[in-house]
Amino acid sequence: MFTKLKSLLNNNEVRAIVFQILAVVVIAYFAYQAFDNLMLNIEQRGIRSGFGFLNDEAGFAVNDNFFLDYSPASTNLQAFYVGIVNTLIVAITGIFFASVLGLIVGISRLSSNYLIRKIATVYIEIFRNIPILLQILFWYSIALSTFPSPKNSINFFDSIFLNSRGLYLPKPIMESGFFFVLASLVIGIVAYIFIKKRSNKKHDETGVVTNTTVYFLGLVLLLPSVVYFAFGVQLEYPMLKGFNFRGGVDLSIEFFSLAFALSIYTATYIAEAIRSGIESVDSGQKEAASAMGLTQTQSLRLVVLPQALRVAIPPIINQYLNLTKNSSLAAAVGYTELVTIFSGTVLNVVGQAIEIIILTMLVYLTISLVISLILNIFNKKMQIKGK
Amino acid sequence: MAIYSLKETKQPPESKTKAFLWLKDNLFSSISNAALTFIALYVIYLLLPPILNWTIFDANFDLTADNQSCGREGACWSFVNANLKMFIYGFYPQEELWRVNTMFGLIAALVVFGSLIKKSQYRAHYIIGSFLIYPVVAFVLLYGGLGLEIVETDKWGGLTLTVVVAAIGIIASFPLGILLALGRQSEMRVVKFISVVYIEFVRGVPLITILFMASVVLPLFFSAGMDFDKLLRAVIGITLFQTAYIAEVIRGGLQAIPKGQYEAADAVGLSFIQKTMFVILPQALKISIPNIVGSFIALFKDTTLLLIIGLFDMLAIVGAASSNSNWLGRETEGYVFVAMVIWVILYSMSRYSKRLEVRFSTEHK
Repeated sequence: MFTKLKSLLNNNEVRAIVFQILAVVVIAYFAYQAFDNLMLNIEQRGIRSGFGFLNDEAGFAVNDNFFLDYSPASTNLQAFYVGIVNTLIVAITGIFFASVLGLIVGISRLSSNYLIRKIATVYIEIFRNIPILLQILFWYSIALSTFPSPKNSINFFDSIFLNSRGLYLPKPIMESGFFFVLASLVIGIVAYIFIKKRSNKKHDETGVVTNTTVYFLGLVLLLPSVVYFAFGVQLEYPMLKGFNFRGGVDLSIEFFSLAFALSIYTATYIAEAIRSGIESVDSGQKEAASAMGLTQTQSLRLVVLPQALRVAIPPIINQYLNLTKNSSLAAAVGYTELVTIFSGTVLNVVGQAIEIIILTMLVYLTISLVISLILNIFNKKMQIKGK
Repeated sequence: MAIYSLKETKQPPESKTKAFLWLKDNLFSSISNAALTFIALYVIYLLLPPILNWTIFDANFDLTADNQSCGREGACWSFVNANLKMFIYGFYPQEELWRVNTMFGLIAALVVFGSLIKKSQYRAHYIIGSFLIYPVVAFVLLYGGLGLEIVETDKWGGLTLTVVVAAIGIIASFPLGILLALGRQSEMRVVKFISVVYIEFVRGVPLITILFMASVVLPLFFSAGMDFDKLLRAVIGITLFQTAYIAEVIRGGLQAIPKGQYEAADAVGLSFIQKTMFVILPQALKISIPNIVGSFIALFKDTTLLLIIGLFDMLAIVGAASSNSNWLGRETEGYVFVAMVIWVILYSMSRYSKRLEVRFSTEHK
């Protein structure tokens, strides 16, 4: 009997099952304890629970609001949506500029020009090793102290203004046919992509190169401009009224410094990813390209970069995710994105910490999941076939 | 028999040597390269003079100047000098500062002694012993007890706080991270599932939400009698966060171990614990050391977020010091100073991690 038990205990599968049951029991016990205490604490402190607060009136104004209908009379749920939209807007802006800057700096780091190479290296080493929060606060304080007051705004063509409150751009009025301009732009881009694909296919099959620049100019630039003038779209210009500008699109100085800091910081990582991607391309590839008579630019564009990007894009996408998560640091300067609005203002008013923080986390988790999904699809597509 | 002797070789003409050639090769090898050089020079011309003017030429280096006499054209470095103690020690009581210094001195002494006995057979004992004993000594020194006056954690701040939080974060997250990494590699489905969910959840959300969770929600999970220190809550949050990242780093190390090592350990009849402790982990940890340092660098950067939940790390001291009516409007000096201090620390750490990477690289070159 005893030996049987002993052999049972030494059986790996049995051990595994026992261990797993134990793990589940321990975790369940702690979860139960925590939940029990939670309920008790909530009851004692008279905190409300549940998601009913989402339908309450928010009661606070929001600085940056781009598309949504929002006023202090709106509900907390609408404030939540404004937060999500603002997070996405600052993330997309940051991703765009960080990518452009990162690509330039990454290539510059491998430039044959000594000065360019050194500037890129110094830039990367400086901004990579300073915490992003410090950079956000720094640019914010610089912007506040050096940008002029609204009265003395920096003025571009009487339609764009920059001052210590923010950047003011003319805003297209939706009713005046702006929709058709947008629609024609989308149609133009889709048509261009279609043409580009066909010309690529033709190139693969016959080797004939068709120049698609004309189509690009016609479809993506000319078509929307024609529609724009045909409909006579009106723009709403920002005007100085009293102490500040009214009308137009208003990008607050908080948005400005946040997006700037995020771009500058993330660009250093993107540059490093691109550099290591380019370095991963075998030097024989470059030599072969120049042996075939490709110019420097052609070799970079047609031979090196396509192979380098395969290595560089996964870490770059991870940096996009990091940038999105870092945008939550807006709380320090008060740009009204998700964390500031929801985990800040709404939490202070309502006090339901658990629900609010869980909802906030869920948004970021969803973004992470979507981004890693994109990454997986990319990796599958980019796998070298036949290996 | 003819005797051949080497003829004296001639130097190239002076004008074609070093400096000129270097310039030609590196800056003006082609027209486009020359254009790039001019663009670069222009960028330097745009950026460098204002920065140098503000930090050096227009700056006031008189360390006793006050806010008014300092002037507004350039930096006022007496701001940093006047608040230096606050930047380093936070609000730690003046007469107890020797305790913080002792703590830092002790760790320096431990490291120096450790590098002296590199070849000693007792080195491992020494390292493990220090890891066990030093934290206790450091805690007593900082917090008090055993005859030392107690200094509450809300007095801690500045660089001291940053270093303390980062150190606790890395040390506490290390064993937890190893467990999670092993869990993720495990064949036990439930264990694997729990580890994966934890790691992916934490890595998917920003640190700030976890810090909010730790500072606002965590106390609700414990019975009302338990009083939670604000700093402790932050440290718990940071540790939970860091654990997931360390786990992924170590998993990378585990995956790099060839299968043969596992099979060999099984073949000689080692138990799971023996196999992990003596065969797999030593190798896996060794190859993940550079990445662990990298993860520590990230943690050190992240400690600046403590400011958002109301702790006074070095960055928050800038705000506190420049909102003092004597020093209004001197944030920029503060930010630049803190940036320089943190930069020096992080840059040397990243250099160190690069060196480790080379040292531990077993690749044949």
